[in-house]
Amino acid sequence: MIRDFKYLAPKTLKEALTLLDKYGEDCKVIGGGQSLLILMKQGLVAPEYLISIKGISELDYIEFDAKEGLRIGALTTHRAIEKSPVIQNGFRVLAEMETRLASIQTRNWGTIGGNLCHGDPAGDPAPVLMVLDATLKMAGLNGERAMPVEDFSLDYFETALEPGELLTGIQVPVPPPHTGSAYTKFNVIESDLATVGVAVSITLDSGGGVCRDVRIALGAAAPTPIRAKQAEDLLKGKKITDELLGEAGQIAFTEAEPVSDIYASEEYRRELVKILVKRVGKEALARAMQA
Amino acid sequence: MKEELSLTVNGQPYELYVKPKTLLVEVLRDHLGLTGAKRSCNSSSCGACTVILNGMAVKSCSVLALQADKGEVLTAEGLAVGNKLHPLQEAFLDHGAYQCGFCTSGMLMSSKALLDENPSPTREQIKEGIDGNICRCTGYNSIIRALTAVVNGEYKEAK
Repeated sequence: MIRDFKYLAPKTLKEALTLLDKYGEDCKVIGGGQSLLILMKQGLVAPEYLISIKGISELDYIEFDAKEGLRIGALTTHRAIEKSPVIQNGFRVLAEMETRLASIQTRNWGTIGGNLCHGDPAGDPAPVLMVLDATLKMAGLNGERAMPVEDFSLDYFETALEPGELLTGIQVPVPPPHTGSAYTKFNVIESDLATVGVAVSITLDSGGGVCRDVRIALGAAAPTPIRAKQAEDLLKGKKITDELLGEAGQIAFTEAEPVSDIYASEEYRRELVKILVKRVGKEALARAMQA
Repeated sequence: MKEELSLTVNGQPYELYVKPKTLLVEVLRDHLGLTGAKRSCNSSSCGACTVILNGMAVKSCSVLALQADKGEVLTAEGLAVGNKLHPLQEAFLDHGAYQCGFCTSGMLMSSKALLDENPSPTREQIKEGIDGNICRCTGYNSIIRALTAVVNGEYKEAK
């Protein structure tokens, strides 16, 4: 049963920040609530004040320009991202990830900012945003700040947001030429969270043969989404082959720090990391060669 | 303390006072007596509570009623016009697209949302469209057949 709370629905970012500052630890922010309401039903979260920011239209946008790249407001729904032609054309991996996130009903109401702030290491958006080198923008009454998405998650369900701060938006740079990115997750039921999720982005040199840059991010493989940096180092500067991707998977296997739970054991998750890094790496490479 | 909530449900405007913790499914079922949306898993997993809110399928067990304030809701009760069933309902009947019937209203609402967005989905798109709804009797094939029949124009008065 959800415990009673007082409900506040600011209409502007300024109003929301003022309320956050006023109520501090006694309040909780709700976007679409697709994750939060479950925790509230379980009694794990029981705020005195619930601040609904869902109605703040200034945080619901998808914008693109060739210089700044893609900008997504924190309150943009998953479904809007999935269906955006700009994202489907220029940031395909982001749309593909959203298509696999939960169910249509959840994507219609849930927001990308809410997903990130929930801080579940099994969430789909974070690994993909990490390989896309995305930056998160946050605001408080004292001003704004930004940080790379990979610095945002600190631990299970814990983020770098300070009290009084809101996540306002996401900025994704235009990928360099000859870049390909891919994401997949392993799950038993299609609309479930990832048992393990893997995102890979590969940038080839202009000759199209050698790996100039690579990013590998793992979801549900550690207390937070993580980069597999040693696996990345193996690939950098080399001509990527299936065999080399297999080795990268093996290294990522050791970099992961998964837990055992009812969905999968630690060993099983490590195996998934090993296999998916290779598989997703191959897809990213194929896309980079076509790009 | 209760808060004011304005909702239009199946074309009928309502003004009511609800506790902030009230879920949309609770407003529909417990306050308005519309029991089409089922409260089943209560955790966004099964889709039996699916309704259409402002044109989008949502799981009403996972939407805070106050967040739907001033919204337009369509439930399974709003599909038929008078005694005339909606084409999707006719097709579900003809194709036996239910066994126990518990998932049916949610399936209908996801189906309606799908066809509103894309009137001619492929079989694969139909499966994606009802992906968020679980049928514990596993009657998916007959549900897909019913939807396909509507898509194929066998129920002309569709929509």
